[in-house]
Amino acid sequence: MIAILDCELGNLRSVQQGFETVGHHAVVTRDLRMIDRATHVVLPGVGAFGECVNNLHRFGLVDPIQRTIAQGKPFLGICLGLQVLFSESEEFGVHRGLDIFPGTVKRFPPGAGPSLKIPHMGWNTIRVKQPMPLFRGIASEAHVYFVHSYYVEPAEADAICTETPYGFPFVSSVAKDKVFACQFHPEKSQKVGLHLLKNFGDWS
Amino acid sequence: MLTKRIIPCLDVKDGRVVKGVGFVNLRDAGDPVEIARRYDDAGADELCFLDITASHENRGTLLGIVSRTAEQVFMPLTVGGGIRTLEDVRQLLNAGADKVSINTAAVNNPDFVTDAARRFGSQCIVVAIDAKRVGSRHADHAGEPVRWELFTHGGRIPAGDDAIDWARRVEEKGAGEILLTSMDQDGVRNGYDLPLTRAVSEAVSIPVIASGGAGTLMHLYEALGTGKADAVLVASMFHDRTYSVGEAKIYLKDRGLPVRIVHDHDT
Repeated sequence: MIAILDCELGNLRSVQQGFETVGHHAVVTRDLRMIDRATHVVLPGVGAFGECVNNLHRFGLVDPIQRTIAQGKPFLGICLGLQVLFSESEEFGVHRGLDIFPGTVKRFPPGAGPSLKIPHMGWNTIRVKQPMPLFRGIASEAHVYFVHSYYVEPAEADAICTETPYGFPFVSSVAKDKVFACQFHPEKSQKVGLHLLKNFGDWS
Repeated sequence: MLTKRIIPCLDVKDGRVVKGVGFVNLRDAGDPVEIARRYDDAGADELCFLDITASHENRGTLLGIVSRTAEQVFMPLTVGGGIRTLEDVRQLLNAGADKVSINTAAVNNPDFVTDAARRFGSQCIVVAIDAKRVGSRHADHAGEPVRWELFTHGGRIPAGDDAIDWARRVEEKGAGEILLTSMDQDGVRNGYDLPLTRAVSEAVSIPVIASGGAGTLMHLYEALGTGKADAVLVASMFHDRTYSVGEAKIYLKDRGLPVRIVHDHDT
């Protein structure tokens, strides 16, 4: 069973439906027993970094996330669920993250290239820098759906899993042990995204 | 690189997809969920539902359509029409919409955009701008400055503001995207209002979706190229199956625009 952590930010049902469509049972929860029983844990999220971290503390989800990761249970962070795994963000002042990945979350600079709009919104390509089971069956340079104004800058280069060009190649996913986290939305990325969700559910 | 988006738009009235000219003379175009699935299979980049019922009595019908669509279609879904309160936004996002499009409520109270963006994030707040050209279509050639006036209530009521100024203002207020409709071109199928599209695209740093006027593939190319739009909204041209989403993408790609072509070998 896959536990999708409910921190009241974003469209959790799409993530759940995505897993169900590819044959993985998933529940939306913040019940600690459910999270402990789950074989896989997912943290989705859209919105503001500070609010997301606050909600994680308020709902007592920080310890379960750290425990899940320490146990080596497969963990997936999506969008804001990627960003909060970093040390800190500069969104609306400096906020501390969960520090699973050393590094910072930064805003795209205005004019990173000619006429680059912020948010970075739409379908862009991922270049796989670190082959891993989650990308099995997915072409390098496949298109996935993004919508974000901030991006992550990992301190450790070996955490980088994919890069995506937007004025410069920014890090669009990271991985470490059994943690994979992506800036894009697999649940909104049609076949490619569903394939990634399937691979995550199969990951053990 | 980031690709230009092709967004089929379904005008929904009383649970059915309809199409008309200038928001009148509506005719039935089918079941929204079924059409959404067809566009998903065809490789559309996003979908947009505009509820033109604009009455709160039918909110339940719309929420049902949104939730059934979100269960079956794994691409971004924008929903607009009659959104007045934060509770309206919350209900649509919970039903499975990824973005909501706000028009009249934003004009009536620009701080509503800020409130919605703070609560739900800018990325899901689209402001729809209905603009109508003031003066002759060729006024620019006569050396007269062309202006576009902002309209509300589905294009019926002039708001008095300049559409370009309004675009800048909603960006400041926290909108994450602009859905720009030319009331002059909507439904007539002879091309987007390119000067309007370009003026708004250059005035703001958030993405702009051009809407109103698509009749040929060349029109899409013009809006994304000359008009500098980030995305195009297309309705009747696709609903009538004059062209498919795939044909549109190949046409644009052949002319050098970045688009996402869905390949079987991607997965």
